[in-house]
Amino acid sequence: MSKARDLAPAWSALRRFTPARIALGRTGVSLPTSAHLAFQLAHAQARDAVHRPFNSEALAAGLRASTVLSSLGALQLESRATSRVHYLQRPDLGRRLNEASAAALRQAAPRAAPDVAFVITDGLSALAIEANAVPFLEEVVPSVMADGLAIAPLCVVRGGRVALGDEVGELLRARCVVILVGERPGLTSPDSLGAYLTFAPCIGLTDERRNCLSNIRPAGLPWREAAVRLHWLIRECLRRQLSGVDLKEDAPTLAGPGVAALPG
Amino acid sequence: MPSYTASIGAITYRFDSVRELLAKATPPRAGDRLAGVCAESAPERVAAQLALADLPLAALLEEPVVPYEADDVTRLIVDGHDQSAFSAIRHLTVGGFRDWLLSDLATESDLARLAPGITPEVAAAVSKLMRVQDLILIARKCPVVSRFRTTLGLPGRLATRLQPNHPTDDPTGIAASIVDGLLMGAGDAVIGVNPASDNVAQAVRLLHMLADVIERHAIPTQSCVLTHVTNTMQAMRQGAPVDLVFQSIAGTEAANRSFGVSLALLDEAHEAARALRRGTVGDQVMYFETGQGSALSANAHHGVDQQTCEARAYAVARRYRPFLVNSVVGFIGPEYLYDGKEITRAGLEDHFCGKLMGVPMGMDVCYTNHAEADQGDADVLLTLLGTAGCNYIMGVPGSDDVMLSYQTTSFHDALYLRRLLGLRPAPEFEAWLERAGIVDPGETFRLRDEMPEAFGRALARLAAP
Repeated sequence: MSKARDLAPAWSALRRFTPARIALGRTGVSLPTSAHLAFQLAHAQARDAVHRPFNSEALAAGLRASTVLSSLGALQLESRATSRVHYLQRPDLGRRLNEASAAALRQAAPRAAPDVAFVITDGLSALAIEANAVPFLEEVVPSVMADGLAIAPLCVVRGGRVALGDEVGELLRARCVVILVGERPGLTSPDSLGAYLTFAPCIGLTDERRNCLSNIRPAGLPWREAAVRLHWLIRECLRRQLSGVDLKEDAPTLAGPGVAALPG
Repeated sequence: MPSYTASIGAITYRFDSVRELLAKATPPRAGDRLAGVCAESAPERVAAQLALADLPLAALLEEPVVPYEADDVTRLIVDGHDQSAFSAIRHLTVGGFRDWLLSDLATESDLARLAPGITPEVAAAVSKLMRVQDLILIARKCPVVSRFRTTLGLPGRLATRLQPNHPTDDPTGIAASIVDGLLMGAGDAVIGVNPASDNVAQAVRLLHMLADVIERHAIPTQSCVLTHVTNTMQAMRQGAPVDLVFQSIAGTEAANRSFGVSLALLDEAHEAARALRRGTVGDQVMYFETGQGSALSANAHHGVDQQTCEARAYAVARRYRPFLVNSVVGFIGPEYLYDGKEITRAGLEDHFCGKLMGVPMGMDVCYTNHAEADQGDADVLLTLLGTAGCNYIMGVPGSDDVMLSYQTTSFHDALYLRRLLGLRPAPEFEAWLERAGIVDPGETFRLRDEMPEAFGRALARLAAP
């Protein structure tokens, strides 16, 4: 039996320049066992994030227990999607509250129309919400409060899509809505949170009316930096009375020197 | 409007339009369920297939699935139809056409002559009566060759798009993935980057960087930055080295509008890129991506099933004699193709319809983490497409696209398919791989174990602090 050649290639030094799975080596033309199983593990973790049940009770309890957030109160609501499989195949159902939740929200809506409503939903990754929602809100809510803006009770929704924020915002008569949603997990990012801002939310709006911050997580766009950017977007959206493409043009760029120069 | 019927036992199923007949005859998939256009039961689906089998092909031309007045893709299909090519099959029904395609009478040269006479609706209709093996066997009889600096689509060849994406477009990071891919024998279809920052300045920077790699190593291949066509047109005006113009396209005017494109805009981009004359063995300059579900996701499907919409996108592509066309079959999401079974069937349908229409089809064999699919499903579709004669597949390091967050085929996957089926890279690129010392010359395509000298130097440059 001849000796197997070294499976790691000569260009392994390039790995430090990219998170991509380069220089994996090969056995014959195929993946070495270690690289193959590393991929399987990453995929298993991403799949687990997609199908992980969302413990909305625990999240609502976490929001009520936070000294920064407790004064806002937290409501637990549900979309029209009744199961995970249903949710994945019927995006239309994840965009709307079920009847009981819509009624409960109407009942709970504050008499005075709020300036900002925050909605938190599992989307495609409950893990992202569990890992990021509370600490991220603890960064952003105090800045919004300091501007003297009225914030609606926090709405925790099981099985929501981005556009669900529009219905919640409409029922609360909020001037703008922010929905935090678990993003589609990647192999290297099963816990990535997205935040979408919409001015004058109402059912039927489409994506060009929204501003998006993506990849919010410690290893991506960190909470503090995301909070600074979201605060800027909320303030500008209310001042200019718009959101989406027209606001995006002026938004500060992600990372780099632009961040330090941000107002607020 | 005529109606179409089929009886099974005591039950007569009735279909009120060609559009409904096509939708209900379609093998099951999530997007048609979401749109509410699919058959309501398995027997109804077969009844629709029975009625469709008896439908004269000519009826598909007489009753467009999207009105002529309302849609420029329909006008393109109708006005551009090659009647004389179609006359060879005009007398057939859809079922009769399937039988003829599978028969020994239908030769490669017959099918090549016929291609301009095949409308998307004809291709989609006949595919709905086919099993997986039919889709493979007939596509294999339809090689479609395209040329720019390499020649793609020749029988016995399989090319790869080297896709060196990076989450922040870091040039060194992109270069690292390019080196990895070239040393694994990938990149003969194109070296094509999806930029993370989608604007003109970034596209221009990346275009210069890619052109520099191709020139420095004298690689017979082409580059592409997969940005919006208007960005690429701006880049051309600024003198950037544009080889191929990329654009996502779909099968209805409204869906294309949602992508921010029109036929007039594509005409203009096509002319501008051809005028640069950057090709060596050919002048095919367009690169299109498509995918089942894109029209529905833009709410622009006109009640047409997603596979027929997809085939209509190939009529748009065909107008520009493209160099590359691929469906991104598992990328659009599980609300359109739910699991490995649906993705596999759709990938083979897309490849078949494109090839039958004379479009140089490749495939992004891929899935997202919220689809019911895994590497095993990708292996199955990859292997089947190899047997069907697919022009090219994607190549990313280790199947993991760290910018787009989805899984597609890897450099290793292409090596697997080449070895399994005895396929070779595009001839110009293969000769370069030998010259550069990346593969051993000879009958079997085999990577060398030693690092080629030129790349040792490039590596030292890149890795220097």
